[in-house]
Amino acid sequence: MAPFSYINKIMKSKNFLSWQRCASLFSLFFLIVGVFSPLQSFAKEENFQDLLNQLSTKDFSEKFNIVEEIVQKNNPETKFILNALLEGKIYSIKSTKKVVFTVKENKKFTTTGLVNNEPLGVFTKSEVTKVRINNKIRKKIKTSLALLDLTHPDESIRLDAVKSTYKSISKEVVNTMQLLLKTEESEVVRNSMFVVISVYNLHSDNPSERIKAIENLKGNLEPIVKVQLKKLVDNDLNEGVRLKAQKALEIIDSRIDINKTFETLFFGISFGSVLILAAIGLAITFGVMGVINMAHGELIMLGAYTTYVVQLLMPNHIGLSIFVAIPVAFLVSALVGIIIERGIIRLLHGRVLETLLATFGVSLVLQQIVRTIFSPLNRAVKTPEWMSGALEVNGILSLTYSRMYIIAFCLIVFFILVLVLKKTSLGLQVRAVSQDRNMARAMGVRSNWVDAMTFGLGSGIAGIAGVALSQLTNVGPNLGQAYIIDSFMVVVFGGVGNLWGTLISGLSLGIINKFMEPWFGAVLAKVFILVFIILFIQKRPRGLFPQKGRSAEVN
Amino acid sequence: MKLYKDITKIAMVASLATAISGPTFAADTIKVGILHSLSGTMAISETTLKDTMLMLIEDQNKKGGVLGKQLEAVVVDPASNWPLFAEKARGLIEKDNVDAIFGSWTSVSRKSVLPVIEELNSVFFYPVQYEGEESSKNVFYTGAAPNQQAIPAVDYLMNDIGVERWVLAGTDYVYPRTTNKILKAYLKAKGVADSDIMINYTPFGHSDWQTIVSDIRSFGSEGKQTAVVSTINGDANVPFYKELGNQGIDASDIPVVAFSVGEEELSGLDTAPLVGHLAAWNYFMSVDAESNYEFIDKWTAFIGDDERVTNDPMEAHYIGFNMWVKAVEKAGTTDADAVQEAIIGITTPNLSGGVSAMMPNHHITKPVLIGEIQDDGQFDIIWETSGLVAGDAWSDFLPGSKDLIADWRKPLSCGNYNVKTAKCSGQNY
Repeated sequence: MAPFSYINKIMKSKNFLSWQRCASLFSLFFLIVGVFSPLQSFAKEENFQDLLNQLSTKDFSEKFNIVEEIVQKNNPETKFILNALLEGKIYSIKSTKKVVFTVKENKKFTTTGLVNNEPLGVFTKSEVTKVRINNKIRKKIKTSLALLDLTHPDESIRLDAVKSTYKSISKEVVNTMQLLLKTEESEVVRNSMFVVISVYNLHSDNPSERIKAIENLKGNLEPIVKVQLKKLVDNDLNEGVRLKAQKALEIIDSRIDINKTFETLFFGISFGSVLILAAIGLAITFGVMGVINMAHGELIMLGAYTTYVVQLLMPNHIGLSIFVAIPVAFLVSALVGIIIERGIIRLLHGRVLETLLATFGVSLVLQQIVRTIFSPLNRAVKTPEWMSGALEVNGILSLTYSRMYIIAFCLIVFFILVLVLKKTSLGLQVRAVSQDRNMARAMGVRSNWVDAMTFGLGSGIAGIAGVALSQLTNVGPNLGQAYIIDSFMVVVFGGVGNLWGTLISGLSLGIINKFMEPWFGAVLAKVFILVFIILFIQKRPRGLFPQKGRSAEVN
Repeated sequence: MKLYKDITKIAMVASLATAISGPTFAADTIKVGILHSLSGTMAISETTLKDTMLMLIEDQNKKGGVLGKQLEAVVVDPASNWPLFAEKARGLIEKDNVDAIFGSWTSVSRKSVLPVIEELNSVFFYPVQYEGEESSKNVFYTGAAPNQQAIPAVDYLMNDIGVERWVLAGTDYVYPRTTNKILKAYLKAKGVADSDIMINYTPFGHSDWQTIVSDIRSFGSEGKQTAVVSTINGDANVPFYKELGNQGIDASDIPVVAFSVGEEELSGLDTAPLVGHLAAWNYFMSVDAESNYEFIDKWTAFIGDDERVTNDPMEAHYIGFNMWVKAVEKAGTTDADAVQEAIIGITTPNLSGGVSAMMPNHHITKPVLIGEIQDDGQFDIIWETSGLVAGDAWSDFLPGSKDLIADWRKPLSCGNYNVKTAKCSGQNY
């Protein structure tokens, strides 16, 4: 009976394995734990349930011991139980004290037996208590499960499994690794297994073994290696070992420095691309049209909320929702932008101060509208699976996927925008109007229409920026305010009316900021950037790349 | 001298109040002011508290009000604008004649209201955890003082998790700065070396956490168990936690214990990557107590949304409001001085199944709970203090305040009495 229920549960559980893998996994697990359980008898089943029932204790250290025992016992259900514990699906029934598997749906708790899978009834919230675990138990469960994953068919899962043993390298782990090395096919996994064995050998009784291990670990950037080498430098009794370790440590340190610089550069570029995304719409409305639009931040916010709404409408396709949200956000923000332009800005043409005040008012109105519709609370925008996580280059340097996508996205948006302005007739008219409105009108350009379209384009781009920002920061009514100052800073620094200037200035401000941050802290870095821009504007009032020619003089 | 002045003031106000209040203010309702921002940056947190107060008042009215009169809520919006808090408070007391005010979230807004409340001698309930170092005659602090949140949390990390290296990360303003100062002094008293403490401040609404999270990662990779104690405020938390998740910092490696992240903050966040990170509060929505289930049912019914969460400052208002009601009934009047005197020693049930009491220093007793974030946006309580902890207005770990105590009972009646010099400093708060 028991094995059948196990199969059932395995099929249901997330880590569904193929049959052969299951078999090899079992034999391995017996090897690791060194316990062989014979056929399950009914009595044993009862015993096991008794053990599980003890999980209802409130004392976490007791619970830890019980979990350890469950791992030791290694029943067929073990893996399923550990996973369910991790996912918080194990409850105890208050009346019978029985610990059971529970599925929660619509405030109803449907329970089934952990050992024999029999249905045990439906309960309400106050009749059951969740079996809670803390970080220590979670860590224990994760490492136990990881050991089971050492033979997983997926290479990256095997690699993670090996890496998860770094924190608790023991004789047993090393023995297992040596055994697995013989059959492991992947080079990467073999290498990291080798690291485990070498780190263990760093504490061998034989000095020459230790030196050999140091040689093997030279230049390895895993944090555990550095920590263990440091221990050798400080404590080892053998002079030769100490010197070797010292040398290895120096090599590692210099490599870490190089990697850290790369990391900071990456951070700077990614921060810069966020700035560019936020500012590029403004570069069009402010740069090309000369309109100071204080509601620009709120147009970004609308884009972020659009992403949220799109995700609400397609809850089962989160990965796809981002792609749907991009054009929708563009249209929503562009439409609102056009309404602002037609309704307010057009009427204040040429009166800069009034435009500034009026659009500031618009920004407050938009914020409060969002507060009324969506509540003042932040909304949770989900990050698609393919955007979360990081690419681990080595133990020190890891590049987060979301940031890489945003850098790429920023460049794509930028070049599309450049193409639109250079290659389309709309772009031609926009440039004509921005250079000399009267002459353009004399040539038959409908400057009113062009103004509306330009503002719509800039606003739409702000909406797209909102989609990207929804992946990084809060989606709330205050989202826009956080970016409006930065956006103006980038546009002014880059030179008004120049898209390339915006690109260069966004990137350089991002990189400067990130290189200053470790030295001065985030607060001072921001202050210095502002001071720097103020001084820079004193010297070059028109920014990095000023517009040249007669039209620039007129402006 | 000061004492004398106070007494004459009190006497004057009291006689005035008895003389005037009878005929002139014999309205048939008792007015309660609600001073929470409904617009601007703090609306995100404070709107909920306004609704909580409306619910509590409605509930009390169903029970027959107070002293046979119905309560009437006067809601104003200080719009997250600190000077406006003072102005609105003055309006509430002078124009609307409210008898008590429940309000504020940030410390700076409380400090802004303080002189007005003291000048006009009213009663003010402040529901949010704060940095301490204050005790006013007119203010009742129903949120946690540092010894009711920060210190027990650090104790838990040190004793139960074995943390040896500490990152104190906060937003750059008064609450994190003071709390971190206290924590640093506390950690050093416990023998933690300077090199094992990293302190980091960020601006309000900071959204680019890459560098700091990467620093935390390398700080934590040197072989000693590391934890982050976070006093990061409000909106900045979401990108911070997102970055933690992205850079793969797992709670079982480097746990983050937060003092400003509750159920409501998590409701704007996909919590799956955060499971296991911690928060320290005096109340969690997941508390297993009959009174809590009742409160939650009432709240979701009042707000008309089954998914709305409850949080710690809401419980603080629940306790504060009930204490005020009891004090008014005990005093038989809503007069500020009488209520201030009556409320000390009043006990009322809290939502975690126990009873909270108002202490002479105007802080209350509370249990301290530590919860772990779950993937449904709730906290699982994994540790709690064995008994109640009384709020300490003046920290014992700061050189400037360790000799100070607050006791508003007569004859001391002082918010900052120095036990060494046996003097009351004379400053009002």
